[in-house]
Amino acid sequence: MDQDVVLTARGITMTFPGVKALSNVDFTLRKGEIHALMGENGAGKSTLIKCLTGINDYEAGEMHIAGIEGPVKNHSTRDAQNVGISTVYQEVNLCPNLSVAENLFIGREPMTKFGTIDRKSYNKRSQKIMDDLGISVDVTQNLENYSLAIQQMVAIARAVDMDCKVLILDEPTSSLDEEEVEKLFKVMRMLKEKGVGIIFVTHFLEQVYAVCDKITVLRNGNFVGEFTVEELPRVKLVAAMMGKDLDDLAEIKGESVDYSKSEMEISAKGLAHVGTVKPFDLDIHKGEVIGVGGLLGSGRSELARSIYGADRANTGTLKVKDKEVKISQPIDAMNLGMGMLPDDRKAEGIIGDLTVRENIILALQAKNGMFKRLPKAKQDEIADRYIDLLSIKTASKETLIKQLSGGNQQKCILARWLATNPDFLILDEPTRGIDVGTKTEIQKLILKLAGEGKTVMFISSEIAEMVRTCNRMVIMRDGEKVNELDGDLTEERVMKAIAGGEE
Amino acid sequence: MNTDRKKAHFLTKVKNWPLLLPVVSLILVMAVNIVHDAATGVNPLSFFIISLNETTSNGTILYGRIIDILNRGSEVAILALGMTLVVSSSAGTDISVGSVMSLSASFCCMLLAGYGVSSTNELAVPLVVGVLAALFMGALCGAFNGTLVAYLGIQPMVATLILFSAARAIGLLLCNDLIVYVRNDSYGYFGGFTGPIPTPIIIAAICIAIVAITLNKTSMGMYIQSVGINSKASRIAGLNSKRIIFLTYLICGLFAGVAGLVNSSRITSADSNNIGLYYEMDAILAVALGGNSLGGGKFNLAGSIIGAYTIQAITTTLYALGVSTDQAPVFKAIIVIIIVAIQAPPIKAYFRKKSLEKGVAKA
Repeated sequence: MDQDVVLTARGITMTFPGVKALSNVDFTLRKGEIHALMGENGAGKSTLIKCLTGINDYEAGEMHIAGIEGPVKNHSTRDAQNVGISTVYQEVNLCPNLSVAENLFIGREPMTKFGTIDRKSYNKRSQKIMDDLGISVDVTQNLENYSLAIQQMVAIARAVDMDCKVLILDEPTSSLDEEEVEKLFKVMRMLKEKGVGIIFVTHFLEQVYAVCDKITVLRNGNFVGEFTVEELPRVKLVAAMMGKDLDDLAEIKGESVDYSKSEMEISAKGLAHVGTVKPFDLDIHKGEVIGVGGLLGSGRSELARSIYGADRANTGTLKVKDKEVKISQPIDAMNLGMGMLPDDRKAEGIIGDLTVRENIILALQAKNGMFKRLPKAKQDEIADRYIDLLSIKTASKETLIKQLSGGNQQKCILARWLATNPDFLILDEPTRGIDVGTKTEIQKLILKLAGEGKTVMFISSEIAEMVRTCNRMVIMRDGEKVNELDGDLTEERVMKAIAGGEE
Repeated sequence: MNTDRKKAHFLTKVKNWPLLLPVVSLILVMAVNIVHDAATGVNPLSFFIISLNETTSNGTILYGRIIDILNRGSEVAILALGMTLVVSSSAGTDISVGSVMSLSASFCCMLLAGYGVSSTNELAVPLVVGVLAALFMGALCGAFNGTLVAYLGIQPMVATLILFSAARAIGLLLCNDLIVYVRNDSYGYFGGFTGPIPTPIIIAAICIAIVAITLNKTSMGMYIQSVGINSKASRIAGLNSKRIIFLTYLICGLFAGVAGLVNSSRITSADSNNIGLYYEMDAILAVALGGNSLGGGKFNLAGSIIGAYTIQAITTTLYALGVSTDQAPVFKAIIVIIIVAIQAPPIKAYFRKKSLEKGVAKA
């Protein structure tokens, strides 16, 4: 084994019922290297990581770790931690109702000589760990009091403090805003200096080029190759991931149309939800794609939620198609022709233990009511149609949705709403955790919906994709609607508006 | 070669059949009976023999161990229906069902006999009023539990603990601290016989049929499971999560009322302190034996029903084996431990690994 190599995996093969998830995949990680693991949804990135960390039991292949004789096989994340592999997942897996310090030391609490937990010492140590990473938190506070970004940092701090040689970051940036991403990168570079090997899974291409040294590409469970960042520029990387040359991502937007004359779809006056979004006025016209921009926690999701009734608006009035309406819960909004794809897929999107078919027809069925069950043949037809339309990768429509990869789950939720044929569709981060090819598909779909006279509200952390698809944008800051941009949208203009500079 | 693959396919199908373990448990209990009968020189199949016997009080009736199990297991089977739905939707259990059975029976008998009367031969109100009253009382209790759990967000165990302890006492209040005897043949019908068949079996069958048809013809099953798996996501998708949880408790209470009626009809009286005693435990156990996760979500109604009758089969078997009533719970506990253990994930995983290794060795 090479001196610097900390982890090698050779010929890893793994099958799920009906799907070959990985076949003969190689992976090499060196000391002090940030190594991007790239691929489309369902390419096998998460599966490979789960193999390395002992969650999945691979069928063939072997893994070696520096300093350990012979092949290593982990059977649990605990095993993996013992050989120095720590993982921080896409969705933070910590205990929100414990303090930051408790989360850092859970399962390995320092003991006093009486065999009780040494609270003082671990609070002190925790504070030092967080300070070293340059993150200002009060470690005695409950974790849930902090933003998702901080929670993620805590997860990383926990991993790092456990003396890891290999740190796996599975899409850590998908719920962070730009500033937070920078902070994370700083931490990553610091760890790199210390000689930790980092495996970085992300869908954001620019982030790969910002921090990574090496790239390993997977496609459909196959190993495509290992490259240095220099030899694989963006376009080539995308081509390697998709297995074909990418048709142009940039120009998918049609001509801009003035919608202000068309019928009013939604009109909010002084709508607000106490604690999350301050009173706002907003008019949305039929056929528009309206973007909501802002940093994470700026109230951009909450604005949408207060319209949809996911968070019941406390004040203000809402008119839908020029009729004043009262929405107290989502089903009311649905009956008015709305739909909402929420940003937190795991918590508010998928029903994990139900099948793909059931997940797709759920909203339509809910609209129909409990006693008007959709005939099975109709359910099958709808499910098949959308699996085909959105090319959802699943063994069958009776597969449990939790067995699908994140991006495919997202497509199922999208299908759920398309099936209800909404007039006004709110898409909150529809492209989060989704590969480049599908992102383009979704953006095209949004424009197609708008072309059919539907109205779409599009919320995303990626300004570029909003600029491409939206014809108007609302900017949120600290729970307040601060600006509305129309005309020629550019990333720069939007960024300035978000930051608060005068236009 | 082809038959081999077919066989393998069939085996995996059987292995993935959700009812496999409940059915195996039931068969195990039956097997004990057969072996015991054979060992003691009785006809080994006597467990399965059903005969028509003449009795002085009830005329010609069906007789046999299976009939006895189906008859005695009726109340738990009825309770298990509601309990399954409650567990699925709220990831909690309704521990008040036994007490609610008692309260429903007390309310019914109090009306039939008149307040303060401890024994009557004449019904004070028409029978149907009493029956509806029992069902109403059950549903009312269910609604109370449902309100606490769904709308006030109280943990199911705590919420139902209230009626668990209070319902029996309320029943005693209604009956003026008496055991009310309704010595009228018409009241004994629900615990008696319809032609040769014990009425409780018929009532249980009707309840099962109603629930099965409802689940089949409406989307209730999917709604309940969806809410149980992820109530937040269900709400966003347009389900009224709270109302659905409320509904399951209401149904559970209603069935407790039915079970209370049957139980009290068997003894044609309302014995507040004893009707439905510990039945909540059997109902919860039935749900667990049926392979349902008490963590909510996916449910399997057939499993719960088989579970309910398995519990009764264990009891009946123990009596047949000559175990005394006082010691029966010990043996019951041992059997339950075994059945629950073979369904536990680590043990399942162990067997799966074993069979995998066998497959590898073969290859």
